[in-house]
Amino acid sequence: MSPDHRPNGPRHRLLSVLVENKAGVLARVAGLFSRRGYNIYSLAVAPTDDERFSRISIVVDVESSPLEQVVAQLDKLINVVEIGELHPDEAREAELLLVSVSADAGQRSQVIQLVGVFGGRIVDVGHDAITVMVAGTPEAVDDFESLMRPYGIAGLQRTGRIALPKLDGGSSAAEVAVTATDIA
Amino acid sequence: MELTGAQALVKSLEMQEVEVVFGLPGGAILPVYDPIIDSPIRHILVRHEQGAGHMAEGYAQATGRPGVAMVTSGPGATNVVTPLANAYMDSTPFVCITGQVATSAIGTDAFQESDTTGITLGVTKHNWLVTDAADIPRIVREAFHVATTGRPGPVLIDFPKDVATDTMEWYWPDSVDLPGYHPPSHADPSAIQAAAALVLAAERPVIYAGGGILKSGASEALRELADLTGIPVVTTLMARGSFPDSHPLCLGMPGMHGNYTAVTAIQKADLLLALGSRFDDRVTGKVSAFAPKAKVVHVDIDKAEIGKVRRPEVGILADCRLAIEALVEVIRASGPVDHSRLAPWIATLHRWQAEYPCTYDRSEPGSAEVVTGGPGRRPTLKPQFVIETLRASTPPDTILVSGVGQHQMWASQYWSFEYPNTWINSGGLGTMGFAVPAAIGAKVGRPDRMVWAVDGDGCFQMTAQELATARAERVPVKIAILNNAYLGMVRQWQHMFYEERYSEVYLSPDLPDYVGWAEAMGCVGLRVESPEEVTPAIEKANDVDDRPVVIDFRTDSMEQVFPMVPAGASNDDIVVHPSQSAPVPGALQ
Ligand SMILES: Cc1ncc(C[n+]2csc(CCOP(=O)(O)OP(=O)(O)O)c2C)c(N)n1
Ligand SMILES: [Mg+2]
Repeated sequence: MSPDHRPNGPRHRLLSVLVENKAGVLARVAGLFSRRGYNIYSLAVAPTDDERFSRISIVVDVESSPLEQVVAQLDKLINVVEIGELHPDEAREAELLLVSVSADAGQRSQVIQLVGVFGGRIVDVGHDAITVMVAGTPEAVDDFESLMRPYGIAGLQRTGRIALPKLDGGSSAAEVAVTATDIA
Repeated sequence: MELTGAQALVKSLEMQEVEVVFGLPGGAILPVYDPIIDSPIRHILVRHEQGAGHMAEGYAQATGRPGVAMVTSGPGATNVVTPLANAYMDSTPFVCITGQVATSAIGTDAFQESDTTGITLGVTKHNWLVTDAADIPRIVREAFHVATTGRPGPVLIDFPKDVATDTMEWYWPDSVDLPGYHPPSHADPSAIQAAAALVLAAERPVIYAGGGILKSGASEALRELADLTGIPVVTTLMARGSFPDSHPLCLGMPGMHGNYTAVTAIQKADLLLALGSRFDDRVTGKVSAFAPKAKVVHVDIDKAEIGKVRRPEVGILADCRLAIEALVEVIRASGPVDHSRLAPWIATLHRWQAEYPCTYDRSEPGSAEVVTGGPGRRPTLKPQFVIETLRASTPPDTILVSGVGQHQMWASQYWSFEYPNTWINSGGLGTMGFAVPAAIGAKVGRPDRMVWAVDGDGCFQMTAQELATARAERVPVKIAILNNAYLGMVRQWQHMFYEERYSEVYLSPDLPDYVGWAEAMGCVGLRVESPEEVTPAIEKANDVDDRPVVIDFRTDSMEQVFPMVPAGASNDDIVVHPSQSAPVPGALQ
């Protein structure tokens, strides 16, 4: 992943979109992006605590079109109830990663150690590979992914980022991003 | 009261005060066609579903009320996609009901199944798939609400057959509950104040009036604003008639085929009051060179239009009529408006109007420079002359409908519009075949008005089967075909930009025989080949009131639309009629 393709770079912005929980809503949102030529970097959707609504977290590539126009067009969808732009500085963002890493007996302990540093969990163990799960800030997940690459990745799935606004004045342990230099 | 879904649908349409439905039945929508028999709603049986859609659009544009079309699933639904897309581009309130296979069969590639809500997602303001008969009144109410409020547009209700035969307990919702839909209405007073300050300071202001004037019923308010401030008005292709052409401040149509004064006024303006217009590429030409000196006030009911193409100094998110009324009030309250400040500007505009009117090589009887079709031939019939004569021979409130092409541009340029909602055309999508069915829909909605369509020979052939509908339903529309034997607008581009290499644009003046076509459809058919026959033929057509009339005007194939701003060029590079000396680029005085 080249640096300017990383989320949080100037070309990516995060929208938190509250939609009515109705059939076809995701198709309406995705269809809008494709027919107006907007690029989605990642998208995650799930029901909220109020079952009438779902929340879609979309990372938008604003190089292709101004965010203001994307928001105004999204807002015209009848099922879209509310749109918030979450600035990375004012949001708690998280992402989940599942990755199967080739790790023979010799390398396994290194991998397991890194999983521990990132607060991850081993969810499956095979003869020469293990599958691990890491949740954290998208940056931390990026870092973990790049640390796993040299071992050989057999399968990988990320959820896309989800986010909520920061509570006023709050700071939490999750905010402490773990970077490659921290561990080296 | 227990009703079937089909009965509930028809009753819901009655509750919405629908007076006419344009449609054609088929398997999936069959249950709904039974209660239609007993309903006071008039049903007009079309010959092709595209006709039903355009009729609904013509009806809506002529009356301001939503048009309704009803068709079956699969091919019936796909045949209305073009009218939906057309209505979406031109913001026309249009409610389309499509039959659908039974809910249990959806997704199985059943006979005449199509993913109608999926297909029409991008060409409707919203659409609904009904899955429970109990939802019908709520969805119909929501559909009409969405179609007619905010920026109007088409909506679609996809209606599975089992939902139609199922039963429900009748109710009528007394409100709509759409948590994500809040159309704007009143303008922010501080934005109005800011706009008023710009208006009162401007020296070369222009009102750029768009289709939103008509949608919001703002013609009166616009007139008041123009009279109060003395600001001249250009009316876009979608706004012709929203401000009377006879008004001294009316400059007519801007854009690619707009007149010199309207185009150039915008280019030289220091303030552009964009009212319900959307900076369409056919108006702006090259955006970076559009109205380069102007500050912009942009009033629109659609937030996404404000700043989409041109960032305004003042953006006003509001209903156009309410915003204009508020602006008038604020300006009026500020004291008497000094019109003398604008005198030099108005004088400049008058000079341009005198120097560069829309013009053509005249060939009508008595004209000084008669253009003949060759030695010993009759004078050629100029399409512009046909339109001018038609205007002179019809009542001022005649509704004029057009197709898409050269004839459309001449109709807009040479017709003089005096009243709102008297001009119906396909602006945004540019749909050939729009005119005949749209004229029928307009006449159904306004039987008291004379309705003429000016159509191209190419366009006419796309939907002229609906003349059979018009005859059967006794809808006496009048169609003037400007038969130039070509896909004329495409020919013009090949003439100008492809070294006159004409590729697939010749149609023949005689194939089909348009008079024979008209007669085969039970209409009166007339043919006009020379200028002196024009008036008598129109008068004859005006006298027919029990069936449609088609006049085959054999017009000059070589005629071109002027002025023209070549696609992608700056509006400063406007090409005027060859008989006029080319304007000096950049000259203001
Ligand atoms: C459905 C559709 N197909 C193609 C076009 C492209 N097109 C624009 S104008 C035009 C020619 C129209 O010919 P005609 O109806 O004879 O009108 P004229 O320009 O000759 O007045 C064509 C083919 C279109 N606008 N719509
Ligand atoms: Mg033609």
